[in-house]
Amino acid sequence: MKDFKDAGHLFRLAAVFAAVFLIFLLVRAALVPKGFGKYGHFRAEAIAEAMDKPLNYAGHKACEDCHSDIVEVKSKGKHKGVNCESCHGPQEKHVEDPGSVVPAKLETTSLCPRCHTANAAKPKNFPQVIPEDHSGGVPCDTCHKPHTPVIEAEAAEVKK
Amino acid sequence: MSMTRRHFLLLTAVAAAAWDSIIAGTPEAASTYNMTDHWYGMLMNIEKCIGCGSCVRACQLENKVPDGYFRTWVERYHIEDWTVENPTVDSPDGGKNGFVELKETGGKNFFVPKLCNHCADSPCTQVCPVGATFHTPDGVVLVDGKYCLGCRYCIQACPYGCRFLNPATNTAEKCSLCYHRITKGLTTACCENCPTGARQLVDFKNPNDPIHEFLKTHSVQVLKPYMATKAKVYYYGLDGSVR
Repeated sequence: MKDFKDAGHLFRLAAVFAAVFLIFLLVRAALVPKGFGKYGHFRAEAIAEAMDKPLNYAGHKACEDCHSDIVEVKSKGKHKGVNCESCHGPQEKHVEDPGSVVPAKLETTSLCPRCHTANAAKPKNFPQVIPEDHSGGVPCDTCHKPHTPVIEAEAAEVKK
Repeated sequence: MSMTRRHFLLLTAVAAAAWDSIIAGTPEAASTYNMTDHWYGMLMNIEKCIGCGSCVRACQLENKVPDGYFRTWVERYHIEDWTVENPTVDSPDGGKNGFVELKETGGKNFFVPKLCNHCADSPCTQVCPVGATFHTPDGVVLVDGKYCLGCRYCIQACPYGCRFLNPATNTAEKCSLCYHRITKGLTTACCENCPTGARQLVDFKNPNDPIHEFLKTHSVQVLKPYMATKAKVYYYGLDGSVR
C-alpha cells in the first residue's frame, strides 16, 4: 500500500472523471432515440413509420379481383395498359368498403381530353384531337366506349 | 397457496423472458418484406410521356403534398433548331393539369417527368446535420419527418431540385418512392396511374424485372451524370438539352 500513499488526489480526480462519464452516458441514452444507428446514422423506426403511411390508391390488382368482366373487356382494347385508378381516381376506400363507398360516374367531356388533347410535345403516334373540333362538346362516351375506345364500325372499315 | 422459493425463481425466469420481448416491441418490417432483397429505381421512357399530369395528381393525392409543391412534376421542353443549349422549359403547376397547347413552331418538343433520383451517393443525406434523411437498405432516400429540424440544408444540396420545405410541418419533404406502397408489393402511385407506361418502378435485385433486358438492349441516361450522385432514375430517349 506504500505505493498509493500520496495518491489520494488521483483517486478524487478519477472519481470526477467517472462521474462526468456516467452523466455523459445518461444524457446520451436520454437524447439518442431508440433504434438510432441500427442501419446507419438515422432512426431505424423512421423506416417502419414510412411503411405505415395509409394507402389512397389500391392498385389495379385489387380492382381486378372483383371486376374481372371489365378486365376481360379492357384487355381487348387500346386502353389495356391504362390502370383503373388512372381514370377512376383513388379507390382504396371503395376496396375496403365496396358497399357504401361507390366511385363517382366519370364525366368523359373533361376526362378524355386530359390525355388526348393535341399537343406538339406529345409523341406523334399517340392519338390526339382538338376536343372542340372533334366533338363540339358532345361527351366522348357517346361514340367511344372508354374501356374499348376504338369505334367498332370504324375499325371494321379500316380492316377492309 | 403459498409460494415456495422454487416457484418464485421459476416465475422470475419466465417474467424475465417475457419482459425481453415486451421491451423489444414490434420489430420493424414485421411482415415478410425483407429490405435487403430489393434495390429500387425508376425507368422513364420519354418517348411514351404524353404530359397528361396523371403522375403529379396521383402523387399529390397519395402523399398529401400541399398545393404548389411537388414530389414529382413534368417539364415541357421546346428546342429551336439553333438553340440546343438553351431550351425553353415550362411546367405550369408542375404539369398537374396538363399543358396548354403548344402550336407547332418547329424544333423539338417533348415532356420530361422528374422526381427524386434516389441517388446511391446522395448529396442531400450527406449534409443533414441530424441524420433525419437517410438511405434505406433497399435504396430509397427517405426523410424522417419527426427528426427533421427544417434547416433546409438538404434542399440546397439536391442538384435536381427535388426537395421542398412543407409549409405545414416546416420539415423537408420529397418523393419517398411511395415506400408505404412498394414495401407492400404495389407500385408507386405515379407508376400506377401513368396511362402510357412511361414510368416504371424497377427493382434491380429482382432477376425477373424487365429492366435487365431493357438495359441490355437500350441506351439510357441519368440526369446530371457529371454530379456523380449515382442516380437511379434512368431515362430512355433523353435529349442532351435536358438539365
